[in-house]
Amino acid sequence: MNFNWLPPLLGLVLAPLLLGVINRTKAFFAGRKGQPLLQSYFDLARLLRKGAVYSSTTSWVFRLGPLIGLAAMFTALQLVPMGGQKSLLHFTGDVVLFCGLLALGRFATIIAALDTGSSFEGMGASREAFFGALAEPALYLSLAALVRHTGWSELSASLGVLSERNWVDVDPSLVLVTVALLAVFLVENCRIPVDDPNTHLELTMIHEVMVLDYSGPDFAFILYGAALKMWILGSLLIGIVLPALSSSAALNVGFSLLGVLGLAVLVGIIESVMARLRMIVVPQLLVVASALAATALLLGVR
Amino acid sequence: MILALILLPTICAAAVFVLGGTRLRRVLLVGAAIGHAGMTALAWWRVPQPALAGWLSLDAPGLLFLTVTSALFLAAALYALGYLAFEPLGNVTDLEEGFLFKNAPEAVFISCMLIFLASMTLVTASRHFGLLWIGIEATTLASAPLIYFHRHHRSLEATWKYLLICSVGIALALLGNFFLGAAVAPSSGRASLLLDDLLKNPGALNPAWLKAAFVLMLIGYGTKMGLAPLHTWLPDAHSEAPSVVSALLSGALLNCAFLGILRIYQLCGAAGQGAMCQKALLTLGVVSVAVGAVFILGQSDFKRLLAYSSVENMGLLAIGLGVGGVGTIGALFHAVNHSLVKGMLFLLAGNILVVYRTKAIAPVRGLLRRLPWTGALWLAGFLAITGTPPFSPFFSKFLILKACFDSGHWLVGVLLLFLLAVIFIGMAKACLSMSQGIPEPDNVPAPVRGWLTVLPPAALAGIALWLGLGIPVQLVGLLDAAARALGGLR
Amino acid sequence: MKLEWLLVLLVLSNLRLLASGRLGAKIRTVAAQGILLGLVPLLGSSGHPGVHAIAIATAGIVIKGFFFPWLLLRAVRETRINREVQPYVGYLASVMIGLAGLAGAFLLSRQLTPLPGAATSLLVTAALFSLFTGLFLIVSRKRAINQVLGFLVLENGVFLFGAGAMGEMSLLVELGILLDILVAVFVMGITLFHINREFDHIETNRLADLKD
Repeated sequence: MNFNWLPPLLGLVLAPLLLGVINRTKAFFAGRKGQPLLQSYFDLARLLRKGAVYSSTTSWVFRLGPLIGLAAMFTALQLVPMGGQKSLLHFTGDVVLFCGLLALGRFATIIAALDTGSSFEGMGASREAFFGALAEPALYLSLAALVRHTGWSELSASLGVLSERNWVDVDPSLVLVTVALLAVFLVENCRIPVDDPNTHLELTMIHEVMVLDYSGPDFAFILYGAALKMWILGSLLIGIVLPALSSSAALNVGFSLLGVLGLAVLVGIIESVMARLRMIVVPQLLVVASALAATALLLGVR
Repeated sequence: MILALILLPTICAAAVFVLGGTRLRRVLLVGAAIGHAGMTALAWWRVPQPALAGWLSLDAPGLLFLTVTSALFLAAALYALGYLAFEPLGNVTDLEEGFLFKNAPEAVFISCMLIFLASMTLVTASRHFGLLWIGIEATTLASAPLIYFHRHHRSLEATWKYLLICSVGIALALLGNFFLGAAVAPSSGRASLLLDDLLKNPGALNPAWLKAAFVLMLIGYGTKMGLAPLHTWLPDAHSEAPSVVSALLSGALLNCAFLGILRIYQLCGAAGQGAMCQKALLTLGVVSVAVGAVFILGQSDFKRLLAYSSVENMGLLAIGLGVGGVGTIGALFHAVNHSLVKGMLFLLAGNILVVYRTKAIAPVRGLLRRLPWTGALWLAGFLAITGTPPFSPFFSKFLILKACFDSGHWLVGVLLLFLLAVIFIGMAKACLSMSQGIPEPDNVPAPVRGWLTVLPPAALAGIALWLGLGIPVQLVGLLDAAARALGGLR
Repeated sequence: MKLEWLLVLLVLSNLRLLASGRLGAKIRTVAAQGILLGLVPLLGSSGHPGVHAIAIATAGIVIKGFFFPWLLLRAVRETRINREVQPYVGYLASVMIGLAGLAGAFLLSRQLTPLPGAATSLLVTAALFSLFTGLFLIVSRKRAINQVLGFLVLENGVFLFGAGAMGEMSLLVELGILLDILVAVFVMGITLFHINREFDHIETNRLADLKD
């Protein structure tokens, strides 16, 4: 039976759950009870019920931003395979589209933030653009290394080639790619040690500061888009770390689902044990990630 | 006997270090020098047996350079006696800037000199590329404390540059050795870097790895030899070291590095890669002569002047080897001549430095009146090093130039003539102004340092003159054999 | 496979050296490199390592992994300098240049004929990259200790090539080489000590009295 439709569906439904898992993990380490696991869903539902308020200085760009962002993430979700299943959309070279969609989402957020005319949001936009520009080489180089390693420029095929053999006699370039992608994952999703989603200090904020002017359904779109992004990058990472092991498609998808949830727990642990890096150190983290990915790529080119 | 040649200075060095007594140390220094020279002379009559399973053996180029080294060391050791006798034990006033500093202990100085001799002997006698490398690196390590004999900031800076630049160069040469091993490996299971083994079947060497090995060794040993643009340590080290050490560095150490290049050149020539090597040598050689010329022309410091002249002469050696043919003989002969004359000039520079208390050229005037012997020899040395007949460097330079034109390197030849003329003018300007004129009255009486500081340079000048007036048959035979071994003459 | 891992770690440690300014961390990285290198002769030879390989490995690990770091850490303690303040080339730029160097090393090692003895072509690449890193550290940093470190990294590259690619050379020669390097670093250490005493600092850009 073909399970192609299952991973995107799971993503659409379960993406907000990841935030809940992260928060519960952090609460566990802090000795608190923590918010409900489904808090993100409650938030989304509440926001959707509200009406939106728009500043009079904004234009259509501002209104379009969340829609484009969500649409980009939604499309990207169709490109990522999971648990050995081919993704709904797959063709040769789809990795480039994948990166492009992530960039498009970021562009929409940035341009909308600039549209408000607020210097505060402009600062956030500038930071996002700066870190994005540094995270992109790391992402591209990682994917290039992966493509080079597996010989396929199609995400589904590329991840499908991987097997447990790669981890039994541990392959250096895959390890490097994994570490680089983990860094990209943390940066793109604005998690500690790069950005702290919980603070509202202007010195440290990156992503949150750009979306302050949104309310109601628009804000719900943004939150949902961010959750999808985490799901997408997470399942990509898990696709490398956990190749399809069993012959049963359902079992494979189940394993990958567990993997993604495990990744959320890992992020929670990282956030619990690490402090946020100083802003000035973040570029170094990204350059290191790029360096690792580049090394992996060179190992493959050899 | 080869082992004895290496062990004698080593044992004396250990004895100098362990035993006390200034007198005993100096006796050991001169004794080792005389013993070494004696054994070297003996090697001319009776070719010594190879030692250590053929790893150590004296072929024609080795014997040639060993002889030069040994003779120069004997002169330097005698000069050092005169030098050390007048070097105060406690605080010394810096001759240029006037601050006080201490010298390194004499025991360290003398034992390092002896180890320096031992390591240079090892270089000349080594038939194994690895051993050759060890010897050349050992010369660096033994000579670094010698450069830092006067413990002040300038000599320290010179020592640091010398250590770092030469160590890096030598590390590259080591990689060259390993590349050479890689070039051997495909044909035989086990890589032997013994020159004789390699020469038995040079065609089997992998050309790509061999070329890479040559380039690395040329860079590595070329740094040590002072070929521009890798020469940057040389003027500093030569100008800040005590003059007797400068003489050894310039006259003996540079030759040893040259021998390192000769060995790999010999192998490349046998393996049919000679053309590439010659091109590389020619390029570095011309650059060195040009750099030497430029810096000699505007030089205001006479020890640095001599140092840049060394760069120029090393360039000439590379060019001689690069054009091949009779140029190979010219290069070998010039290596001998340069050692004799430059050694003498540095020793004389030490005499001048003590009396005038400056290394600058301008304040030194009336050398012929104030120090008649030193002044006369200084003039003779200037004439010799610039290639004026009847001194021997004229003939070796002439051979190299002739080879340039014979082999069709017209451009190199013309350029060389021009640069040599420029160098002559630059050296003449400095040396003539130093020796002529009336010395400024000086309140401090010049220290008298005795005949030991004049006789060794005079002897070296005498040999240079002798080789120029009539080169002995034995030396011609040796030069010829060496050039044949290097593939210069067929 | 194990060798390949070791080489990747070496490459990464070189990148770390380029990215870091803390002398203590750098010295420890070089020490780790020394230990990794010491393992190469054991992994490189096929089958069981012989007495020869074990001797070289032991000497290498003791000298490069423990003695040099000890010497340098002592120098750092005595001079009370723990980081490079303003290198000629910044750390991020250094890493970028390092990556370019790594790409160059890959290209260059593809040009050369593969070695018969070497288990993997990555060995030549890693050796060349170490060479590049060492040279770059020497020219782009001011502290004299950094230059000694650069020299050690360079030497490590050479040693890696020798240990991995040459297979069996003569024990005498290899030990002689190690001894020479040992003395070289020792002499450098003494010179460092003197520089520190004479100048009250060990920044080589202030060693600029001698020039034309």
